[in-house]
Amino acid sequence: MVIADNMPAYLAGFRMTAQLTLVAGAGALVIGLAIAAMRVSPLGSLRAFGAVYTELLRNMPLTLIFFFAVLVLPQFGVILPFGYWTAVICLTAYTSAFVAEAVRSGINAVGIGQAEAARAIGLTFGQSLTSVILPQAVRSVIPPLINVIIALAKNTSVAAGFAVVELMATGRRVAQQNPSDVVLVLVGVALFYLVVTIPAGQLANLLERKVAFAR
Amino acid sequence: MTSPISILYDAPGPLARRRERIGSGIAALVVLALLGLGVWYAAGRGVFALDRWDVLWDPPKDQSAADVWRSLLVVGLGATLRAAAVAAPLAFVLGLVLAVFRTTRIAPVRLTATAVIELFRGLPVLLMMFFALLAFGWSAFAAVVFGLTVYNMAIIAEIVRAGLASLPKGQTEAAYAVGLSRSQTLRLVLLPQALRTMAPSLVAQLVVLLKDSSLGFIVGYAELLKAIQNNSQYFGNSYLVALFAVGAGIYLVVNISLSRLALRLRGRSRRTAAPAVDVTAGVLPTGGTGSSR
Repeated sequence: MVIADNMPAYLAGFRMTAQLTLVAGAGALVIGLAIAAMRVSPLGSLRAFGAVYTELLRNMPLTLIFFFAVLVLPQFGVILPFGYWTAVICLTAYTSAFVAEAVRSGINAVGIGQAEAARAIGLTFGQSLTSVILPQAVRSVIPPLINVIIALAKNTSVAAGFAVVELMATGRRVAQQNPSDVVLVLVGVALFYLVVTIPAGQLANLLERKVAFAR
Repeated sequence: MTSPISILYDAPGPLARRRERIGSGIAALVVLALLGLGVWYAAGRGVFALDRWDVLWDPPKDQSAADVWRSLLVVGLGATLRAAAVAAPLAFVLGLVLAVFRTTRIAPVRLTATAVIELFRGLPVLLMMFFALLAFGWSAFAAVVFGLTVYNMAIIAEIVRAGLASLPKGQTEAAYAVGLSRSQTLRLVLLPQALRTMAPSLVAQLVVLLKDSSLGFIVGYAELLKAIQNNSQYFGNSYLVALFAVGAGIYLVVNISLSRLALRLRGRSRRTAAPAVDVTAGVLPTGGTGSSR
């Protein structure tokens, strides 16, 4: 069995994929939240900056961002540490735009009547934010956020094109060493991705249904 | 500048408006200063020197500017659009079929369709391209089209399904009541409405598909990114910044126009026939190296 024979390589690749997902995911959450906060802030210039940031990154292919970091940035004299950290930076920047969009739409999904009602019964700004608006916003944000992280897990495969040996690159390497078992090798890679993406997707669906009922 | 209606803030009075203007001005200065610092640094490295950009109007090596632009716009962007133009209709038709199978009452068909959808939307597009490339031994173009098609058909099937689910039940009941068969109901009553409701999501998915075609760069398909790289290798690396700026600009123009179109469609469908629940909310940011699944 070619998959069993190459299990250590698969696991190493899978670990790299998981690590990229977790590190870039954490970074994207922090930056994305900051950008989302800018986009709903009362300061016009910050709103504009947040809008430009998300629009630019969302409308560029991830491959283009990797291309920029690996090939174009050195022209500016900025040489990122090759491989892993470049991948983390690119994936973080790209994913943060989607996090920002998910969070913003979650905040906007809370009905404006909720805020008006909170003010009408005399809650202060802080009270209405922390006990009325944010709890509802967080609820409706979690399913799309899970979906963003799933997309990130799949997007780590792009790093394979830029010298990071994660799951996809491992599979390609093993497939080239075992030309007669290519199908099997790639099916093995697929299984590793599905182990993460399908359960996470089910979780997101479940939570989404719960939120939908709660409304 | 007045702030938009946000649930987080009260409508500002004159005092708050003045504070906002001052804060906004300070924030703008900080952002501009940071940007300026970056530009100043780049300028210090000679990035903006004319002889690093003249490839766009007066390229060396006896080439004319028209050659450069043709290799970027016609050959590069052309290859990108060609892959998308073949994959998009395929994905649409297959996605429609899958969506119908997924909602059928025949259990084996329904389960198969569900499995196919879950399988393909859970995998990276790049993996499917490599599968076609290595396992089937297909050409790079066919591999790109295959990856784009199977991934997007799964996403489109989900979009169409969400559209069908958003229709009021009375539509089906009425169609059955006037004696239409199940396939007639789908074809004449349900699908046209579902597709109309979901048009914005479908157009938005086109952006994802177009973006994912750039994965062709990794599997050896000569699309726009490859054209940028080829040009910079031919003319010299110092031109890479200029060529990249043009390439990124092309992507942004194409994708932002498509995104705008999706937004406009959404605005229109909201005015005419607002669905009971906002079905697009969960589905819109879909796909690929785009956002969610």
